[in-house]
Amino acid sequence: MSEESTTTDEPAASDCAETLRELDVFLDGELSGHQQAAIRHHLEGCMDCLGAFDFHAELKIVVAQKCNNDEMPAGLLGKIEQCFGTDFDGDGTIG
Amino acid sequence: MADQATFADEAMQYAPQLYSGAMRMTRNRSDAEDLVQETYLKAYRSYHTFTEGTNLRAWLFRIMTNTYINTYRAKQRRPDETELGEFEDLYLYKNLGALQDAGVGRSAEESLMELLPDDEVKRALEELPDNFRLPVILADVEGFSYKEIAEMLDIPIGTVMSRLHRGRKAMQKALHDFALQRGLVSAQTAEGE
Repeated sequence: MSEESTTTDEPAASDCAETLRELDVFLDGELSGHQQAAIRHHLEGCMDCLGAFDFHAELKIVVAQKCNNDEMPAGLLGKIEQCFGTDFDGDGTIG
Repeated sequence: MADQATFADEAMQYAPQLYSGAMRMTRNRSDAEDLVQETYLKAYRSYHTFTEGTNLRAWLFRIMTNTYINTYRAKQRRPDETELGEFEDLYLYKNLGALQDAGVGRSAEESLMELLPDDEVKRALEELPDNFRLPVILADVEGFSYKEIAEMLDIPIGTVMSRLHRGRKAMQKALHDFALQRGLVSAQTAEGE
C-alpha cells in the first residue's frame, strides 16, 4: 500500500475525535483495509488513542470469555440427540 | 442440500456455545435448556434447507435467535423497544483511569479479569433491554459480523451498529457501578475527567 495523504506528525484533536469515533467498528474488524490503515497510522503516533483502543480490545476479550463459559446441564446433549431419532437400530435410516 | 444423517456430527459441536448464548438471552437455566433443545430440533427438521459449505454455526444461531424472539421474549412480556440512558463515550475507560496507573507491569486485561467477577459481567449484559442485548450477545460473545447480526435480527446494519454502541456503553456503566459499590475503584476517579 502506498502512503496516503494522512501523513501528519502531530495528531490534531480532530483526528483523535475521528479515530475514536471508529473505535467500535475498528475493533469489530468491520473497517475496509484502507480505513484500518488510516486508524493504525494515527495510533502509531498517538498514545492517548492507543490507550483507549487497547483498553477496549481487552475489555472485548474479557466480556467474551466471561459470558461464554456456562456449563451445560448434564443430560442436555443426550436429550437433544434423542430428539433426532438417531439410528438406534443400525439399519442406516433415522429412527 | 445437507443430509439429515450427518446433522448430529456436524452440529452438536456448537451446543456449548448455543447454551451460553441461550443463558444470556433467557437469563435462566430452564428456559435456556428448552431454547437450545428447540433450536436443535428445528434445525434438524429443516436441515435439508441448509446450504452445505455455508456457516452452520451462524445458521444455528439464527434459528435460536428467531426462536427466542418469537417464543421466549413474548413470554417474558417485556416492552420491545426499551430505551437506554445516554452515557458518555469510552465510559469505563475514562472512569477507570486510576486502575491503569495502578496496574504497572500488568495489562489492562489482567486487571479487568481480576476486578470483574464472571457473574457481574454476565449480569451487566443480561440487564440490557432485549433490543440492545441481542446485538451485544451476537457480536461480543459470539463474534458474528454486523452483516450476520443484521440478517439474524432482521434490522439494518446501521441499526446493529448504533445498538451495539449504546448497549456496550450501558454495559460499561453497569460494570463501573459494580466496581464502585465494591470499593474496587474510588468515586473520585469516576468524577475526574
